[in-house]
Amino acid sequence: MKNGNALGQRPEQTEMRYSIFSLAKAALSGHKGWTRAWRDPQPKKHYDVVIIGGGGHGLATAYYLAKEYGIRNVAVLEKGWIGSGNAGRNTTIIRSNYMLPGNTGFYELSMKLWERQEQDLNYNTMVSQRGIINLYHSDAQRDAFARRGNVMRINGIDAELLDSEQIRKVLPFLNYNNARFPVMGGLWQPRAGTARHDAVVWGYARAADSFGVDIIQNCEVTGFARDQNGKITGVETARGTISAGKVGMAVAGSTSRVAAMAGMRLPIESHVLQAFVSEAIKPLIPGVITFGAGHFYVSQSDKGGLVFGGDLDGYNSYAQRGNMPVMEDVCEGGMALMPMIGRVRLLRQWGGIMDMSMDGTPIIDRTPIDGLYLNAGWCYGGFKATPASGLVFAHLLARDEPHEEAKRFRLDRFRRGAMIDEKGQGAQPNLH
Amino acid sequence: MRIACPFCGERELGEFTYLGDAAPKRPSAFAADGAEQPDAQDLFFDYVYLRDNIAGDMDERWYHGGGCRSWLTVTRNTTTHEIKAVGAAPGAGAQKPAKAGATS
Repeated sequence: MKNGNALGQRPEQTEMRYSIFSLAKAALSGHKGWTRAWRDPQPKKHYDVVIIGGGGHGLATAYYLAKEYGIRNVAVLEKGWIGSGNAGRNTTIIRSNYMLPGNTGFYELSMKLWERQEQDLNYNTMVSQRGIINLYHSDAQRDAFARRGNVMRINGIDAELLDSEQIRKVLPFLNYNNARFPVMGGLWQPRAGTARHDAVVWGYARAADSFGVDIIQNCEVTGFARDQNGKITGVETARGTISAGKVGMAVAGSTSRVAAMAGMRLPIESHVLQAFVSEAIKPLIPGVITFGAGHFYVSQSDKGGLVFGGDLDGYNSYAQRGNMPVMEDVCEGGMALMPMIGRVRLLRQWGGIMDMSMDGTPIIDRTPIDGLYLNAGWCYGGFKATPASGLVFAHLLARDEPHEEAKRFRLDRFRRGAMIDEKGQGAQPNLH
Repeated sequence: MRIACPFCGERELGEFTYLGDAAPKRPSAFAADGAEQPDAQDLFFDYVYLRDNIAGDMDERWYHGGGCRSWLTVTRNTTTHEIKAVGAAPGAGAQKPAKAGATS
C-alpha cells in the first residue's frame, strides 16, 4: 500500500486500476466489486499545504502538488461536496483560442494537459476533441478572427478560418438567411471540444487521494489563524482548527468572501452566469458553436441534450440563480441561429457564481499576506483551465515563484497597468 | 427581480442596466489648495479596481433605460436578490410626489 496515510483508513481497493480488464472482471461478478474511489478522512492537525475549495482547480492543484512537486501532506477543504460549485455548473467546453500574451501559452498548456488527462489520471473524463467554431458575420469580424487565428498559429495552437461554404458543410442546420447577422464563416479550433465535468472532479480527487492527499468535505473555512506577524498559520473550519504551512485559495465566486476573512479587498466582482440544457435528442451538433453576436453558444452532450448559454445576468450576485431577461435573450439568440431549436423543450436551467476580475483574466499569485496564495478571477472560463490552473498553482505553492506560463497573472498587474484584457472592455467586470 | 422605479412604478428587470456598487467615489488628483495629492495613484487604483464585492445588502446604481432614463440607487441583497429600497441616485432629478388619484 503505497502513499497511505497514518490514519490507516485507506481501503486496499482504492488502488484498483481502471481498465478494460477491471471492467470485464467487475461485469462478470455482477459489478459488486467496485470500491469507493477516494477516502473520507478526518482532518489531521497539520498539513504542509491546505487548499480551500474542492472544485476542479483545488483538486487538480492537490494532484499536481503530490505528483509533480512531491508535496503529499496536503488537504483539500470543501464546504459542501466536491464539485458542487462551478465545477458542476459549467458547460464543459475546453479550448485554447486566445490571443493575448499570457493567455495563449497558459490555455494551450491546459489543452495539452486535457489531451493526456485520461491517461494521467487513469480515469475516463470523456475528453472529446470535437472542435469549436466561432461564427463571424461581417468583414470586420472576419478580419479580427483571422488575426486571432494567426496569433494562435504563431503560438503553435491549431486554428483555421472557414468561409460560409465550409460552414454550410459541417453546420447545414444554421439559419443562413439572417439579414442582420449573416453567417459569413467561422474560426475553427479542431482540438477544442468538451469534457465530462463531474468526471474531471472525480478523476482528480481519486488521483490526488492515491498520493495521500486528504479530501475533506463538509468542512467550511470560517477564518484564518495568524501569528503575531500576520502570517497565515492555518485555517479555522467547521471541523476545527487545521494548521498549515501554506494556504491556497481556489474558491471561484466566493473569493472575495474568503479573502475578506484575511482583510483583503480584491479586483473581483461576483456575478451570476446561467446555463441551460434541453431534453435529449439524436446527434445534431458536431462540436461547439459560438454565436457571439447573438450572445449564444451551444454544444451537445453525449447524452443528447443541447447544452447552451449566453451572457452574464450583469448584476453582482452570490445567489446561484439568475433572472428571466437573460433566459429570454439566450433563447432568442438560439432561435436566430438555429430556428429548429424552438421545437426542443428546455429541461433544466441553473446559475453559477463567477469570480469576474477587472480585466477578464485570472489571478494566480502570492498575496501580500505571508502564507496565503490566490487562485481566482476565472470569470466564466474556469473549466477549460482546470488542469493548467492546478499545475501552475501547485508550482507557485511549491516553489514560491510563478510558473513560466502564469507569470503574467499577477495580482499587482492592475496597479502596474499590465492588464490582460482579451475583450478590451476595461474595468467593468459585467461586460467581460 | 422587478425594480419599483420611484418615477415609473414597478417594472421588469429587462428595462434596467446595471453599473455596480454605489460606494466607490471618484477621488480627486488635487487637494483643496490645488496641490497634487501625493497618494492620488493609490486613490485611483482603489476606485477603479478594488471592490468590496459584498455578500448581503448592497447599494447599487441602476439605470432605467427602458423607462424614465433616470439613474437609481437600489439597495439589494446579493445573496437573495431581494430589493429593500429604491430611490433616485444623487443628481438624478427631484423625485416627483406620488399622485393623489389614479389618472389615465
